[in-house]
This record gives sequence, C-alpha cells and structure tokens, in this order.
Amino acid sequence: MATAVISTLDPKSRAAARGMSDIAIRNLFIVPTILFLIVFNIFPLLYSLGYSFTDFRASTNAPANFVGLQNYRELLNDPYIWNNFVVTAKYVIVSVVGQVIVGFGTAMLLNRDIPFKGLITTLLLLPMMLSMAVVGLFWKLLYDPSWGVINWALGLGKFQWLGDPDMALYAVAITDIWMWAPFVMLLSLAGLSAVPKHLYEAAAIDRAGPLYTFFRITLPLVAPILMIAIIFRTMEAFKTFDLAYVLSTQPSTEVISIRLYKMAFQEWQTGRSCALAYIVLIMVLAITNIYVKYLNKVKER
Amino acid sequence: MAAVQTSGERALNRLAIVAVLVITMIFLAPIYWIVATSFKPRNLATTIPPTVVFTPEISPFVKLMTKRSQLREQPTPEEYAAAPWWERMVFDGGEKVVRDGKDQVQWSAYPSRFLNSLIIAVTSTVLAVGMGTFTAYGFSRFKVKGEGDLLFFILSTRMLPPVVVAIPMFLMYRIVGLTDTHIGLIILYTAFNLSFSVWLMKGFIDEIPKEYEEAALVDGYTRMQAFFKIVLPEAATGIAATAVFCFITAWNEYAFALMMTNRRAQTAPPFIPSQVGSGLPDWTVIAAGTFLFLLPVAFFTFLLRNHLLRGMSFGAIRK
Repeated sequence: MATAVISTLDPKSRAAARGMSDIAIRNLFIVPTILFLIVFNIFPLLYSLGYSFTDFRASTNAPANFVGLQNYRELLNDPYIWNNFVVTAKYVIVSVVGQVIVGFGTAMLLNRDIPFKGLITTLLLLPMMLSMAVVGLFWKLLYDPSWGVINWALGLGKFQWLGDPDMALYAVAITDIWMWAPFVMLLSLAGLSAVPKHLYEAAAIDRAGPLYTFFRITLPLVAPILMIAIIFRTMEAFKTFDLAYVLSTQPSTEVISIRLYKMAFQEWQTGRSCALAYIVLIMVLAITNIYVKYLNKVKER
Repeated sequence: MAAVQTSGERALNRLAIVAVLVITMIFLAPIYWIVATSFKPRNLATTIPPTVVFTPEISPFVKLMTKRSQLREQPTPEEYAAAPWWERMVFDGGEKVVRDGKDQVQWSAYPSRFLNSLIIAVTSTVLAVGMGTFTAYGFSRFKVKGEGDLLFFILSTRMLPPVVVAIPMFLMYRIVGLTDTHIGLIILYTAFNLSFSVWLMKGFIDEIPKEYEEAALVDGYTRMQAFFKIVLPEAATGIAATAVFCFITAWNEYAFALMMTNRRAQTAPPFIPSQVGSGLPDWTVIAAGTFLFLLPVAFFTFLLRNHLLRGMSFGAIRK
C-alpha cells in the first residue's frame, strides 16, 4: 500500500508519513499480552487475596464474613500444615538430589566419544516430555507388589512400594527422578561441552589427577548451568501435584499442593485455602526471583 | 596428544558406552512396557514372571474405543459368528459391546476426551504463540521502560502453582459459566503458555539482525510490513519450535483440567487416571489409552530434539 511513498531518512517524518509510529506499534504488540496476564493471573490473585481474609465457603450460599488475619494465624499454628511442608521439603530434597546425581552422572558419561550420541540423548529425554499424570499413573502397575515388573526385576518378592507409608514418598520421588533426571542431564551436557578442551590438556600436562581436574576445572565451569537446573527442579518439586496425587493416597505423600487442593475443592474451605495459597505463592515467588537472576547470569556469558 | 589413547583410556571409554546403554535401557523400559501392555490380551498383562513374548493383538484398542458391559451369558455360536471381528474380540474378553435402541455401537468416553485435548491444546497454542511473537518483537526491537521488571512479571506468571491460580479462577468461572467449558481451559492454557512463548520468541527474534528490517524500512516498507514480510519468515523455525513446546505443555497439563472440567470439556490427562478405580483395572485398556495419548508427544520430541535445551531454559541457553 504505502511502498510507493518515497522514503526520507528522517525517522520521524517517515513514521508520520506511512503507517503507525514505532511507539504505537510497540504498545499494540506489548500491551494486549500484559493486559491478558493481568486479567487472567493478577486479577484472580487479588480476588483470592480478598477471600483469604474471610471465612467464605464456596459450597454454601452463606455470605463471606471478614475475619482478618485469622486464617493465616490458624494455618501457621496448624501442626498438620507444618507436616505437609515437611513432607514437601523431604520430597524436594530426595527428588532433586536424585535427579542431580543421575542426570549429572549420565551427562558425564555421555560427554565422551559415544556412538549414536544424538539418538541416545533424544531417547533419554523422552520421559520428561510425557504427561506426568498419565505416565506416572502407569508406574502404579510397575510398582504393584504382586504383578509389578520392578519387584520381579529386582527380586524383591512382594515389597510394598506405594502401600507402605514410609516408602510411598520415595516411590513417588523415584518416578519423578525417572522423568526429570534427563532435564538435569540436558543442561549439564550443555555445560560440560562448553568447557574448553585446552584446560583438560593443560591439566593432563601438569599431571593433575582426575579428582583434581573434576573439582577444579569441570565443576566450577558447569556450576552456573547446573544451578539453573537445580533451582528450576527445586521450584517444580516444591509445587508438585500431579505425580503424588495420581500415584498415592497415603497421608505421608500429602505434599502442600495436594493439601491445598483438598482444602479448596473437597473440603470447600475457600477462605482458608486462599490464605494457604498465598503462603505458598510467596515462597514460589522467592524461588522464582533467584531463578531469574541465574537465568540472566547465564545469558550474559 | 588427545588423539593418542592409552589402553586404560580405551577400556574406560568402553565401560562408559556400556553404562550409557544400560541407563538408556532402564529409562526406556517403562515406556516400552506401556507399549507392550497395550498390545497384550488382558490375562497376560499381570503375570509373574512378566510376559515378554506374546502374539500382539489390538483388542485393547477396540475395548478402549467402545462402551462395554459384562457378559451375563455366553453368546450363542450364531451370535458369535454374526458379530464383526472387533466385536468378537470383546466377546473373547468376557464382555459385550453396548448398543443403543437403534443397534448403534456406543463409543466410550475416550475419543471425546482425546478430541477435547486436541481442540484445547491447538487453540491455546495458536493464541499463545501468536500473541507471544508480537510481544517478543516489541521487547526485542523497541525501548520499553522497566523492561527487566516486565519480563520478570511475565515469567513469574508461568511459575505460579496451578492450584493457587485455580481456586480464584474456579470461583470466577462459576460466576460467568465457564467451568467445564473448552473456552475456560483455553484461556488458562493460553495464559500459562504466553509467558513461555514471549521469553522463547524474544531469544529467537534477538538473533535476527536488525539490519534486515532497517534495509526494508529504507526501501519504503512500513514497520508493520517489515515485521510481517521480513521478521516473521526469518523467525519461522523459532515459531515452530515454540508452538510445539506450547502444544506439548497444554496437551500434558493435568492439574487445571482436573479442577476446571469434569465431563463435557474434560481432557485426556484427568480422564485416563479416573479409569483406574478400586479393584483390578484392565491395564491393557489403560496402556492403550496412554499409548495413543503419548504418540503425538513422542513424535514432536523427535522433531524438537535440537531445540529442547533452549526451550527448557526459557531461551537462556542457546546452542
């Protein structure tokens, strides 16, 4: 349409002559997204912040009464809620440590002359792309004490994986490790392959031992990317819901998201659950903040 | 000197290869087991020792797609002979296919849940990638006040735990009548994927040299024309990769779907686990449903293999 207009090199007159100004385009491109996120993420959160100070129950028609900080006070003094946080912390530690050991270990092995490396890496990444709820569900059959392949393969007889309250959390974490160790592997591999080869050659000339090389060369150079993987997985494990909910009904696997879900959608303690949601939200935002700092750090390199 | 390997190093390398193969086999075993179980007759799905060699059959898929009920009495030989091949498979399993008054075969709920997943995932992907590409261009090419804070705000919406967002959204949807609707889930998934799409697309657009558009502007293109005719074609690979990521995320999503839908708009992820009640479920049917559900993702993962790192780090790590 306007292509025929002779262009001048003065940007202001050019913009005025043809089409929209850059500022108008910038706003047109950015503002709808920001508005969309405000309407569908921030506004609901303000809505639930309001409810968190009430005794509202979505299952009844009774009007919500303002109760001030009572919900927050009660939640923070509730030993059961604290126990949910302890369960969550245990889950985060077991599953993230497991993922780092398995993922980083596999990356170390893959960072060599391995035939069909590309194909193997893609195959290893498959579990993390699959739906946690759907594939996680199938682990119920794998863990089954009578017909499970795992007990048969390991010769464990009728070992109770999900049936034993002490074991169930570890069983869920093992499934999580299976799904997400590849994520740590993917990022570690990127870090490992970026370590300059001449550093290893120099270390070899200096007759540095393998341990020295690992702790003084490999680890420090991979650390920033590894940290991204660890923080991200920590955050995801802290929020975990799908796997634990699908695999187990044990109280010993009731992580904080499951407690929140039950409080909101099964017990219909809407006001109280909004308060708990806020406590969880603040913790997640704190981790997000750290995560973004590390993301930007890696980006700058 | 790196090319010369001592025998010790060579042995070490061989050991690493064996270890990698073992690890790969362990990681793929559960997926293999899903696929194998989906082709087994029911009585071979739960055996000890596990059945590895068997004649594959497609009866689990027939059972997955049809509504069935327990056989009260064996079909007469005439009935059995008159039935089509797939109905005989259901008879063989001790069940019969449910028909309505007009003798029409009744479908199970699975195909409709699968279709719901498809509609919701595709629509939300188009919306998220579309809006995300515009916004990413805005951030990439223009000065935006408080850019870092805005980008952090956008990313932080992605990190919110689904349950936290779902509680107020459920209350609001109830007022406007969006619970258990396709639109309701599409909005949630679009919001969830939008931030991811902005971050990833910004990385891709940052890589397109500004000079391309500047040359076009000098040639008399408007900024809009330059965006559509120069930037979009250059960003095609990035858009495709972002779209596949968004699709997979929406396709796999469980928590929102569990809380926001129960029938009409329910997607496959909450539906499949709901089929495992108490008692002994028919794992062959569940495996068949899982297998069909995983197929698109497995295919896309293969297509996406060179972009996985980038997508998984929100565009921070490029290769």
